[in-house]
Amino acid sequence: MTRRLLFLLPIVVFSALVGFCALRLILVAHGHTPDLIPSVLVNHPAPAFDLPPLLADTPGLRTDDLKGKVTILNFFASTCVPCRAEHPLLAGLKGDGVTLAGIPYKNRSTDAASWLENAGDPYDAIGVDADSRTAIDFGVYGVPETYVIDRRGTIRFKQTGPLTPELIRQRLEPLIKELKK
Amino acid sequence: MIAEMGHFALILALFVSLIQASLPMVGAARRHAGLMNVAKPAALLQFVLVGLAFSALIAAYVTSDFSVLNVAQNSHTDKPFLYKITGVWGNHEGSMLLWVFILSVYGVTAAVFGENLPPVLRARALAVQGMIGCGFIAFILFTSNPFLRLDPAPANGEGLNPILQDPGLAFHPPFLYLGYVGFSMAFSFAIAALIEGKVDAAFARQVRPWTLAASSFLTLGIAMGSWWAYYTLGWGGWWYWDPVENASFMPWLAGTALLHSSIVAEKRGALKAWTILLAIITFSLSLLGTFLVRSGALTSVHSFASDPQRGVFILLLLTLATGGSLVLYAVRAPALKNENLFAPISREGALLINNLLLATAAGSILLGTLYPLFIDALDLGKISVGPPFFNIVFLPLMVPLTAIMAVGPMLEWKRGDLPGALARLKFAFIAAVIVTAATWLIAGGAAGPLWACGALGLAAWLGAGTLSELADRLQLFRTDFSESWRRAHSLPRGAYAMTIAHLGIAVLIVGITGSTAWKTEKIQIMQPGDTVDVAGYVLTLTSVEEHVKGPNYTARRAHFIARRRGHFVAALAPERRYYAVPPIPTTFAAIHTNFLGDLYAVIGDADDEGGYLTRLYYNPLVPWIFIGAGMMAAGGVLALAGRRS
Repeated sequence: MTRRLLFLLPIVVFSALVGFCALRLILVAHGHTPDLIPSVLVNHPAPAFDLPPLLADTPGLRTDDLKGKVTILNFFASTCVPCRAEHPLLAGLKGDGVTLAGIPYKNRSTDAASWLENAGDPYDAIGVDADSRTAIDFGVYGVPETYVIDRRGTIRFKQTGPLTPELIRQRLEPLIKELKK
Repeated sequence: MIAEMGHFALILALFVSLIQASLPMVGAARRHAGLMNVAKPAALLQFVLVGLAFSALIAAYVTSDFSVLNVAQNSHTDKPFLYKITGVWGNHEGSMLLWVFILSVYGVTAAVFGENLPPVLRARALAVQGMIGCGFIAFILFTSNPFLRLDPAPANGEGLNPILQDPGLAFHPPFLYLGYVGFSMAFSFAIAALIEGKVDAAFARQVRPWTLAASSFLTLGIAMGSWWAYYTLGWGGWWYWDPVENASFMPWLAGTALLHSSIVAEKRGALKAWTILLAIITFSLSLLGTFLVRSGALTSVHSFASDPQRGVFILLLLTLATGGSLVLYAVRAPALKNENLFAPISREGALLINNLLLATAAGSILLGTLYPLFIDALDLGKISVGPPFFNIVFLPLMVPLTAIMAVGPMLEWKRGDLPGALARLKFAFIAAVIVTAATWLIAGGAAGPLWACGALGLAAWLGAGTLSELADRLQLFRTDFSESWRRAHSLPRGAYAMTIAHLGIAVLIVGITGSTAWKTEKIQIMQPGDTVDVAGYVLTLTSVEEHVKGPNYTARRAHFIARRRGHFVAALAPERRYYAVPPIPTTFAAIHTNFLGDLYAVIGDADDEGGYLTRLYYNPLVPWIFIGAGMMAAGGVLALAGRRS
């Protein structure tokens, strides 16, 4: 009998391991992602910047512009495929009291401009961050990244990677609504 | 169009694998020859279909078809031709397709070479292969399809991660997968034997060649990864106990245990249930190795695909494969009777100790790799288990393993003569004492750590002991030379294989010891013209070139001249490469080797005053690590060749 029990040991140990992995997957699915370090800037004031315009008919971007409006700040690049995927969604984020601002990240200005010419320019303001100083201040490590900044200039949300319709519906829209109050 | 063809071929392959998984299994249960015979053409057809799908993806990469999302995300027109091809498996989706392709290669090989097998065993084993194929193809089609289109197609791709654009890493995944997937054959035969309820010598003879092949490939795969880390990460190290490295090392340890326990099962009809369990564990660890890297359950420097959605599917696959087989094991294995009793002092006794030590080592590494995840999931904080843990646990297991490795082959089966074996090892003992003492006198004492003397002594013990065993078999120096020559010809290749593989381990130990104990490291800012002394070599930075054009990068290239006692030794030209897409800088170390040690130079960032950060190393005996690994793999190949002739 004890001999039989010995042969059960592997499956018992394995079941414990599977149970643990399942627990971990559930945690990840609920947004508790241990490998993602949350941005330390969330709930802190946005870093100061003053960026010249990229296009003739779209203004540049300064910290002072953030005051009084909810700002969605999107770091993008013409060379990045996920940016193209989220591009059509951006226009839908604009609205009453919401500014959509863009900063090309490590992207030649001519490339960024000609891409926006082709794909459409949804931004209310675009700042050229020539030396990537502002991106460094924001802690950007890849494109696309999107920040939601409240009326007092405090960062309230950060998305690393492309925006998706689900994310906009579940996280961004409720947050923007709340911030506009 | 080609991408759709590949996609379609893969869908067909899924159906074929379903047939391969079911009909032969039913046929084997009913002893229906017609149904069992479906296995062979099904394996062949699966190979053709998966091969088509894989070729289609390669074609999309070679022609830079950026309307395929996977190509757009991982390739670029400026990429050298070689890396367009290897870029196919430089990403999650493509590497899974490579995995399935290799599985189909093994399947077709087993079907073709399995003619002389008992038909029931063969049908069941191929059916289990079909099940594995079915699970993986479904995983690719439903969660990781590499044939998805992108509309509109971008003008160019995002490029392959530059650190993957390297010959060492380009061929590392195929060899790793040839190893991982090779263990699926041992697994399939184990499951087939469990269903049959019979583990006999025929089964053990089937398990061994596949395990040999898989172990040899895995050894090469791990060595390539380690070699790559050595010359591109720029720290002069070759092993970091990184979770991804551990993920490939665990199946290696379990597979090595399986390799040895299957000898006992074949020759002595013992350790049957244990061999079956090892076959299941080894393949499960291979699956874990494939998945841990890619599921988001584990993160490390070189995991390049993380997606929790896939995690669910992966967990399901693991549960079915490992859980299912362990349940079968719990039901069937208790009935397996060993034919012979075990004497503690015997060849099989030594192999049992080998198995216990290797299994404990694999278990400890699994614990160390998963422990931080446990702690994190239970919200007890974030910890990381690093090299100190692994060294403390691993080394005490490897010392007795190495000591016994010299003795085991000297012992007879059934009842060994330990005093006799030790007496025949007297030369090995003398060699160990001499090497330990010589190390102590030359490099020990003040100049290096004490343990290194013992470690080199141990390597001498193993090396000399292994050679003594061969000399014994050849009756070298005991009879006249022509008799030894005759014996050398008639000795089975397996004997030479073991000698070479075990010598490889001795060489590996020398390499590990040397590089750990006597490494010299100099980090400084240098201006052109400056000179640094590294372990008796005088290195002069003569010049630094900026904007050197490579195929798809620009580089800063430094020129060093190395001299020893005033004589020119080598010119070294390390580079720091800046890739345009994606914009990631990489290190390209310059290495001058004389097989006793490597002179290793790295160029870093510039400061404002015309100086450059340079890291200069002398890494003694590092080449021995890779030579040793190569010898182990060569031993495996030789043993494999010996079995067929």
